Amino acid sequence: MKRNNGKAWLYLLPALLFLIVFMVYPLIDVFIYSFEEGFNFASQTYFGTGLYNFSYVLHDPYFLQAVQNTFLLVIITVPVSTGLALLISVGLSSIKPLRELYQTVYFLPYVTNTLAVGLVFMILFQKTEYTDGLVNLVIELFGGNAVDFIDGPYWAKMFVLCFYTIWVVMPFKILVLTSALASVNQDYYKAARVDGTPKLRVFTRITLPMISPMIFYLVITGFIGAFKAYSDAVALFGTDLNAAGMNTIVGYVYDMLYGDSGGYPSYASAAAILLFAIVLTVTCINLLVSRKKVAI
Amino acid sequence: MEQQLDFEKMQRKTNRRGHVQKIVVYLFLSVWALIVLFPFYWMILTSVKSYGSYNAEHVPSFFTLSPTLQNYVDAFTTVPLLGYLLNTLIFTIGTTAIMIVVSTLAAYAFARLEFRGKNLLFTLFLSLMMIPSELVVITNFVTVTNLDMRNTFAGLILPSVTSVFYIYLLKENFEQVPDELYRAAKVDGTSDLKYLWKVMIPICRPTIVTVIILKIIECWNSYVWPRLITDDPSYYLVSNGIQEIRENGFGRENIPAMMAAVVVISVPLIILFLVFRRKIMAGVSRGGLKG
Repeated sequence: MKRNNGKAWLYLLPALLFLIVFMVYPLIDVFIYSFEEGFNFASQTYFGTGLYNFSYVLHDPYFLQAVQNTFLLVIITVPVSTGLALLISVGLSSIKPLRELYQTVYFLPYVTNTLAVGLVFMILFQKTEYTDGLVNLVIELFGGNAVDFIDGPYWAKMFVLCFYTIWVVMPFKILVLTSALASVNQDYYKAARVDGTPKLRVFTRITLPMISPMIFYLVITGFIGAFKAYSDAVALFGTDLNAAGMNTIVGYVYDMLYGDSGGYPSYASAAAILLFAIVLTVTCINLLVSRKKVAI
Repeated sequence: MEQQLDFEKMQRKTNRRGHVQKIVVYLFLSVWALIVLFPFYWMILTSVKSYGSYNAEHVPSFFTLSPTLQNYVDAFTTVPLLGYLLNTLIFTIGTTAIMIVVSTLAAYAFARLEFRGKNLLFTLFLSLMMIPSELVVITNFVTVTNLDMRNTFAGLILPSVTSVFYIYLLKENFEQVPDELYRAAKVDGTSDLKYLWKVMIPICRPTIVTVIILKIIECWNSYVWPRLITDDPSYYLVSNGIQEIRENGFGRENIPAMMAAVVVISVPLIILFLVFRRKIMAGVSRGGLKG
């Protein structure tokens, strides 16, 4: 089969070219950038090498704000969305009529443009001179005070961001969990029925252990996805996220690279590597925990 | 006799409890369905309200008796929405076409051809799947800027082509095609390229279609790369276009026209989804991830 050698490489050539130029080389380059101090984009020169870029980023109040926002977002949205998706999937698999319809509806956010639908959320939550916005009217109906969720206090903005993020990530989680539930061997349930096991016990002793690998998969990908949040925030608060105080780590990277505050690929690289380090650490912790929990 | 009555009573009781449970479940599911659907309803509703009547409503009404299409006219005439749509179409078709050719060839090499270093190379491919795009985007931005490809379709499309995951998906599918077909084709003197085109692709059509649809969704919604690489509005894609509209399009107050633009942008993908519903959901549950 040796004569296939040349031909095989020919088939692989286009893919390899794309991957080397746009993935492998940039991956090496980003580390080089992050150590080049005082890199000037126009003249492509730099003063020296060292850790200054990292220390600059770590002392930048905008970066610290972005880290705080991102961590809050992760800590709130991952457990809430996973738990909610679990409840919905269990509900879905317990009904027969209308199940297809519900599944189709639940999947809709997946195929929508995040930026476009974000505008709808902005309108629903925003308070302007003309109208308090629908959400605020509901709050007032229950005797609360109207808050501007888009341009108001920090907790309100954080709430909308979390709400929208959950709305966006739910379709994937519901889909994965419903197919996981459908693949649980029905014999276990039949055996439990014969023994007259209460429903809650069936859920905690059969269903949960059987689908726990999928739950951990969702938690891990959920963490990774939430750490990379960016376009949801842009959709709600506009491109100037630093001014809104709602920037995320990824947003910080892009702002450093381009736009009004841009032109600093070294700082952007340092921030991106810090993000990657955080994500890698959290993923490793997750994997360790899940290995202990899943292998019962 | 008494025992039987008891039994019937018990059964009726559990039946009733089952009914109550069913109702609670349906109620819960409907609440979430409402949360999902409401933004869509609201955007369509707002897009058919006239500018005057929308701004006159302090308490927005949940329906309108005099729907108007004026906002849609505005969306196409006041801002270059048609241009954004065309750009996105070119970008989506270009990226998806190049991606599917490149990925199919690579997947065929991994699945069917023998060569030295195959396993090592495939492992390297797989490890590339873990590289977050945020890390490589910085250098790609510098590369494309230095090549003077900003505000060109080449600059938009080329870095978006690579996707290791789809190569992996196609390779797995290609490997399921029985070896006998390949040997028979070889005996007949069929070339590899012809075999790929005439046998492999028709057999694996479902997977290829799934990959194409997933890539189309990804392209239509892509925001970050187009934003970095285009600052000339005549090259904006819909995501950047809608952001531009929001920031200085109709003026901040013309929300109905803005919503009309949002509807126009959302409709193509929703139609695509409703047509290929099963395929998309099966493909996504096999490992698609948004973003």
